[in-house]
Amino acid sequence: MPMLETGIKNEVEIPPISNTELGKEETPLQLIVKRFMKHRLAVAGSIFMLFIILVAIFAPLIAPKEPFQVYDEFSAPPSAEHWLGTDQVGRDLFTRLIYASRVSMIVGLGAVLIYSIIGTIVGAVSGYFGGWVDIVLMRLTDVFMSFPSLMLILVVVSILGPNLLNIIWILGLLGWPSVARLVRGSVLSLKHVDFVKSGVVLGLSTPRILFQHILPNAIAPILVQATFGIAAAIIVEASLSFLGMGVQPPTASWGNMLTDAQSLTVLTSQPWLWVPPGIMIVLVVLAINFIGDGLRDALDPKTLK
Amino acid sequence: MVPYIIRRLLIAIPVLFGVTIVNFIIINMAPGNPVDMYVDPNTSQELLNLRKEQLGLNDPLWVQFFHWLGNLVQGNLGYSFSTYEPVSKVILERIGPTFQLTFLALIIGLIIALPIGIISAVKQYSKLDYLATGTSFFGISIPHFFLGLGLIYIFAVQLQWLPAGGMSTLGSEDDFFDKIKHLILPVMVLAVGIAGQYVRYVRASLLEVLGQDYLRTARAKGLKEIVITNKHALKNALIPIITIIGLEIPFLLGGAVITEQVFQWPGMGQLTIQSIMSRDYPTLMALNLLTAFMVLFANLFTDILYSFVDPRIKYK
Repeated sequence: MPMLETGIKNEVEIPPISNTELGKEETPLQLIVKRFMKHRLAVAGSIFMLFIILVAIFAPLIAPKEPFQVYDEFSAPPSAEHWLGTDQVGRDLFTRLIYASRVSMIVGLGAVLIYSIIGTIVGAVSGYFGGWVDIVLMRLTDVFMSFPSLMLILVVVSILGPNLLNIIWILGLLGWPSVARLVRGSVLSLKHVDFVKSGVVLGLSTPRILFQHILPNAIAPILVQATFGIAAAIIVEASLSFLGMGVQPPTASWGNMLTDAQSLTVLTSQPWLWVPPGIMIVLVVLAINFIGDGLRDALDPKTLK
Repeated sequence: MVPYIIRRLLIAIPVLFGVTIVNFIIINMAPGNPVDMYVDPNTSQELLNLRKEQLGLNDPLWVQFFHWLGNLVQGNLGYSFSTYEPVSKVILERIGPTFQLTFLALIIGLIIALPIGIISAVKQYSKLDYLATGTSFFGISIPHFFLGLGLIYIFAVQLQWLPAGGMSTLGSEDDFFDKIKHLILPVMVLAVGIAGQYVRYVRASLLEVLGQDYLRTARAKGLKEIVITNKHALKNALIPIITIIGLEIPFLLGGAVITEQVFQWPGMGQLTIQSIMSRDYPTLMALNLLTAFMVLFANLFTDILYSFVDPRIKYK
């Protein structure tokens, strides 16, 4: 099978970042940081995400009100009392906007962590052992890749019940195939490299060769893929919650804060209800995608000059 | 070539089988069964059991699976829980609108993406390139539902130029311009995302080709830069793009779920949401299967097409 599927998206090839390619004064890490800093959008994205993560962690300290507290005026426009107004139930919108950042961060990191681990194990085993193991695992990967993800996710969520934990698990358990293919490709090309062969000659155990010698050298493309994956997971969670198939009220998620805007009255006369959470999703996803792009440039051995 | 195609087809068979198994398992995780859903509460338990026995619901799961698979092969997808019509008929009505929407969006997205991607690659690291990179990432990062709501707010509510949803105005279903008006906003939503993605692909692909030796040769023999880019580089850079388009078409159909819901577009995406809300599992199962088959077919087709387009590829 030709390597079309991974052709462009995963163009990053596994770099044994060997010292021979690099300048003598700089360690590989310093060089990567230096190249990452050149990508201004990525730097801006990193600063923004650091800010958002701090906001998510310290939400109770930052938020001016309580997220579930119902106030007298509902659907009130922004005022000195409620900076972004109140929602249709009468809860403070600015506070909910802050708390909702927690949902996005947890889903993004949780889901991607789960599927990166599964994908790495499947891909590593498949690529290293080859033969029947490879054939079976890769056909299984094909099966899961055949379902357009959002449709499958929607169906599974509707069966298992929409809530935060289920969404993390479903995204995590359905997202691994692309990582598996990526890792398999890396392992295939790494297993014939000299330092791996010498490990085999030394009689090291297979898990040790795989996890201590091969995988650390395959980490760069996984990291890039995972970064873009976090952005994608945040969009999927927001979309599910928007449809009412995700995080359920009263818990605030940027997606479910937009659900009400499906009614024409909210859309037309109460834009403060749906514009701020929408902008937050765009900014966070954009920032993470810029970081991913910066990482790809910084970790790509081909752009070494 | 022929042996390659045959081998490729043979590989597709176990995958196809796996897809049906996964689909069957997922739908069977759903609580309840058709009999419990239909009967009124006064029916006796004995009668219920008899009916379940007749429908084969008491058989072991694997027997049920092969029973269902047998029906599937004969083109019998079952009946919708909500409309009681054959599932195949329900879905058939929805395919047209979805195809209209996604293919228009794909074409427009590509028309936008190609020139931007090319300029972005040729003028790498210029201000134009940064502008293109920034904008394309914006297109990728904005969720369909937010963009859709924003466009409805601006063009349908404030300016009142375009309709907020649906496929046609009541009474003027045959009016061509009315149809176009209804298409503009949802197509725009999908096209923005597609354009953003393909600017990245075109740029990456062209950059890869621009570094190749044969282009250095072309430059060395004194060809103009425009000729080099347009005649020599672009042709080769577009090959992988064709593949990506082929591979992503089925995912586009799945990706239209949100857009169709926001714009009340009566396609397969909206049907998916409706079926989920009404717990119409036969329809859901068929929708999932259909899209999975399309993915498999598209994979196969692009692999074969690729071997025709790129003579460098030889399959053993």
